[in-house]
Amino acid sequence: MLKPKKLTLIGLLAALAIILSYVEMLLPPIYAAIPGIKLGLANVVSIIVLYTFTVKETALVTLVRVLTVALIFGNLMTLAYSIAGAVLSVCVMALLKKTNLFSTVGVSIAGGVCHNLGQILMAILITSTAEIGYYMIFLCISGILSGTLIGIVGALVIKYTKKFKGWKL
Amino acid sequence: MRKNKVVNDILLILGILSLALAIFLVFKLNLKNGNLVKVTVDNQVKHCYNINKDTEVVINNGKNTNMLVIKNGTVYISEANCPDKICVAHRAISKIGETIVCLPHKLVVEITEE
Repeated sequence: MLKPKKLTLIGLLAALAIILSYVEMLLPPIYAAIPGIKLGLANVVSIIVLYTFTVKETALVTLVRVLTVALIFGNLMTLAYSIAGAVLSVCVMALLKKTNLFSTVGVSIAGGVCHNLGQILMAILITSTAEIGYYMIFLCISGILSGTLIGIVGALVIKYTKKFKGWKL
Repeated sequence: MRKNKVVNDILLILGILSLALAIFLVFKLNLKNGNLVKVTVDNQVKHCYNINKDTEVVINNGKNTNMLVIKNGTVYISEANCPDKICVAHRAISKIGETIVCLPHKLVVEITEE
């Protein structure tokens, strides 16, 4: 059983991530020709949780977010893609954070690119066409750009939330 | 320590960019061989040749001539009377989508598939 405080915090953060996912859906696509080029606003929450709490909480929040968003706005197919992206992304971000070699920006870039990578690998698996991998060239570049932005935002939020009492588990 | 992390971040970015480049190169090198040579003059398809039959043909269009050589599944232009000779300098082509263009003669040699 999770402690009530932990449960509440994870629930709140997951809700925040879901809302950010929804807000991003309202924005027009940045470049419609290549699916997957996006800001990844919800990743801000993953970064914040990763740096404030532990890997376990990050995995929980991300899982709840991905499941909810897929069930509300998508279907089983989008769920498969999101899960693949989210699992790879969280694993890599947790590993990079553990090495203590990178700043939040680096971790966020790796997370963003890995999210795309996971989805592309899943797409190759489902459609069994390796040509989809070609998208990864553009997704790498867009992942670097949006990852940088998300990392900067995440670092700012982490800096200010550290001052809150009770912002701990 | 902070500076170190920035350097590492940049190294990470460079790593991802080289990954993108690697994927690009893999796809570039994995292009399929075509089997048809399409010759277009002034936006009109003039001739089609089988890439696997070695031949040498002179493509005439008025005074403009280009010597097209098909050899061992590759295509190149060996001689031309165009002023810039860019088409002659172009390396031999063999993959689908590759082209040799002679701008002064409005000539395009393209590899396609039947």
